Amino acid sequence: MIKSKGAAAPFAVWMALFTVIPLGIVLWFAFTDGGGNFTLSNLSSIVDYAGTFGISIALGAVATVICLILAFPLAYTISRAQGRMQQTMVMIIMLPMWMNFLLRTYAWMSILENNGFINQLLRLIGLLPEGQSLTLINTNGAVILGMVYNFLPFMVLPLYSVMAKIDNSVIEAAQDLGSNILQVFRKVIIPLSVPGMLSGITMVFVPAVSTFVITKLLGGSKTLMIGDTIETMFIGQGADYHVGATLSLVLMVMILICMAVTGMVDQGEEDDLS
Amino acid sequence: MKTLSRIYNALIFAFLYAPIVVLIIFSFNDSKSRVVWNGFSLRWYEELFRDEEILAALGVTLSVAVIATIVSTIIGTLAAIGIRSVNRRLGKVLLAVNNFPMVNPEIVTGISLMLLFVFIYRTTGLLQPGYATLLLSHITFCIPYVILQVMPKLRQANPHLYEAAVDLGCPPVSAFFKVMVPEIFPGILTGALMAFTMSLDDFVISLFTSGASAQNLSVTIYAMVKRRVTPEINALSTLMFGAVLILLVLINVLQIRSEPSRKGGKAK
Amino acid sequence: MHTKEIISLKDITVSFDGEKVLDGLNLNISDGEFVTLLGPSGCGKTTTLRIIGGFVFPDSGNVFFDGKDMTELPAHKRQVNTIFQRYALFPHLNVEDNVAFGMRVQRKDKAEIRETVDHMLKLVNLVGFNKRRIDTLSGGQQQRVAIARALANNPRVLLLDEPLAALDLKLRKDMQVELKNIQKSLGITFIYVTHDQEEALSMSDTVVVMDNGKIQQIGTPQDIYNEPKNAFVADFIGESNILDGIMHEDYLVEFFGRKFRCLDAGFEKKEPVDVVIRPEDIDIVPADKGDLIGTVTAVTFKGVHFETIVDFKGFKWMIQTTDYYPVDSVIGIVLNPEDIHIMKKSEYSGEFGDYSSYSEEFDEMANPEIDLTEDAAEAEG
Repeated sequence: MIKSKGAAAPFAVWMALFTVIPLGIVLWFAFTDGGGNFTLSNLSSIVDYAGTFGISIALGAVATVICLILAFPLAYTISRAQGRMQQTMVMIIMLPMWMNFLLRTYAWMSILENNGFINQLLRLIGLLPEGQSLTLINTNGAVILGMVYNFLPFMVLPLYSVMAKIDNSVIEAAQDLGSNILQVFRKVIIPLSVPGMLSGITMVFVPAVSTFVITKLLGGSKTLMIGDTIETMFIGQGADYHVGATLSLVLMVMILICMAVTGMVDQGEEDDLS
Repeated sequence: MKTLSRIYNALIFAFLYAPIVVLIIFSFNDSKSRVVWNGFSLRWYEELFRDEEILAALGVTLSVAVIATIVSTIIGTLAAIGIRSVNRRLGKVLLAVNNFPMVNPEIVTGISLMLLFVFIYRTTGLLQPGYATLLLSHITFCIPYVILQVMPKLRQANPHLYEAAVDLGCPPVSAFFKVMVPEIFPGILTGALMAFTMSLDDFVISLFTSGASAQNLSVTIYAMVKRRVTPEINALSTLMFGAVLILLVLINVLQIRSEPSRKGGKAK
Repeated sequence: MHTKEIISLKDITVSFDGEKVLDGLNLNISDGEFVTLLGPSGCGKTTTLRIIGGFVFPDSGNVFFDGKDMTELPAHKRQVNTIFQRYALFPHLNVEDNVAFGMRVQRKDKAEIRETVDHMLKLVNLVGFNKRRIDTLSGGQQQRVAIARALANNPRVLLLDEPLAALDLKLRKDMQVELKNIQKSLGITFIYVTHDQEEALSMSDTVVVMDNGKIQQIGTPQDIYNEPKNAFVADFIGESNILDGIMHEDYLVEFFGRKFRCLDAGFEKKEPVDVVIRPEDIDIVPADKGDLIGTVTAVTFKGVHFETIVDFKGFKWMIQTTDYYPVDSVIGIVLNPEDIHIMKKSEYSGEFGDYSSYSEEFDEMANPEIDLTEDAAEAEG
């Protein structure tokens, strides 16, 4: 085996400078006031944002569950398709990510608006009287739709890569032992897909909870998520780095706890060091 | 069952592509409207090439992506080898540090880097928010993707290949390039490709770490969204999307072509 | 036979993660010899080979090549070449480029490289395979390319790490003969690692039996088989019945309450010893004519012979015989002096040689993890 301990040195230095130290600075801002003195007042002011945290978690959780429900059958059918077909379908799932995510979300505005395509279509086929429109945009539903749309591939891909490893003979063995389709899913496919589900859940939940663009574009100014609040604390007038750093810290700790919990469930992880 | 799953998959794909279709169609619209079709025109494509703000942002985006990809691929590949060489405990620590930015919300990574640059600027006057800070940030979030792609390839690689080269008289460094690099090249390539994609598409971290002097496309688009998005951007996205599509089809065709000849060789 | 030493290991000690893999190992290898390191997985044989190749550096001790100390010399500067387990062919290069790899590193001129490549491919019966991709070759062909690649570097010593382990039985037998022929015709030293005792016995000039990081016995294949030094060697090489005995005087040993003539001498008076009796050396006679009388408990047909397990006063022996004796028949056996081998007591006494719970597979199933971890430990080094 090739061995070279020194090869990791540039990486170690880089990560120390640009990952570890910045987090230290976030900590420092979170526990100091404008004059650089130690304070806990930032932390206590977090209580004011409890509602924002609550709505962020709620919207993120709903989006994650919907992604899981939508992705599971899709990932399964991809994993059972023929080799070349599998590749093509994975490509189709990934391709939209190559188009700027702001623009794709922006395009949803054209679809959901009061004069957008859905309302136009409903009027055209007579389900909606002329001049009236369904309120789709600027709702929590639109925000969730935006999240599901943007993060669905992050759920499909890990699920697919776990399911692709499930040997057809395992499924056949279950059938051979007398399981019907539902039982095969419940007793074999779902348990074997757990690692994929867990990484999918984290890959969707983390960006969903902390998003700030989707709310801005599709939720109007009605819904404020924690990401929006953090953004205003760092950019534009009324910026307050200290409160912003504290909010970020709380968000980070919250997500790390979630990760630790899912990590404990997932014990069959691969070890790259062996 | 089969048709049911086909219909289902088709619906999901329609969902994923609906906004993209809208975007592409309306890049050819003869008016500024996002919802009303006024006839086919290429005027937004013409205006795109006269819009200096967008072209500058495109330049920043591409050059940052290229440089960040090269630097992060080198650092990441070396790091993957290093992490496997150090003892288990240190290796675990390094991997944890590596995985952290991937699980940490992007916005937190963004503001932490922003605070770092603000801190450096305030104390030393160096690194004013701009091109350099944007590039440093992009390299930072690209490195983990490279490592995560290269590590499994190193693990799968035949450990004796490198030894065989050394055994035949190759000095270690040259053995690395002659034997190990070809062996883990697919991992390096995917890692580089992911790094490039991530850098090209990044918005959140760029928003916090770029200054007014150098903004990438995402940040420029975000500024426009607040005012009004001109269809020129749709035109640009359509062009970029088309480029990616052509590239992917090309790669696929090449793969299909190279495969039968391989099988033929085996049959001999 | 050559007598000049080409490789010499002095007091080699190696530990991985605090576990001693080699413990004060001394070994001298003569120029032109075919030496086999034989032992179970985890015995340190592969580590010994890797020390000679320069892939493992000993914690203490020295490695000499042609009388010169090369303990610290890196692998790429050593005049030895290795055939790796599973070959380690470069998958991105074709057959010719693999074979030419070492010569290109040394910047030999093109004509010479081409000539050597063709010569080597001829030697391993792969003429015309120059441009073939590695992944289009069968296991046996890959094996040959690996041999050609190592020999193209013109090594003084060739190291072979279980080179035939991945081949099927028939191919393995053919390659054994071929390897032996190549070694004879080139006259270079082969150091061969295997856990297959038959392979070791049929190919080698000298066999080195190892266990627990120590050499248990060095000798010609005949010596090792006929005069095993301890219970481990006796059990590992072939089948053996090993019993407790007492050496009364030179050429007289007692076991099962009877005294037998034997050919061994030089023990203390009344010294407890291990007695080895090979299953194929035992003659079965009618019960009333036997030195010992026992009951047949199991018979297995093996093609060439019957493997008969016989109970002598609670101690079960294996006897290989061409005659069939059904279960429960009472038989006698006769032991001639040349059938009885006496060994000094060792740490292995009492561990081997009783067939009462005879089933190798059963033994393996009983502690499956041991082999795996030892294999891994050795592979890592």
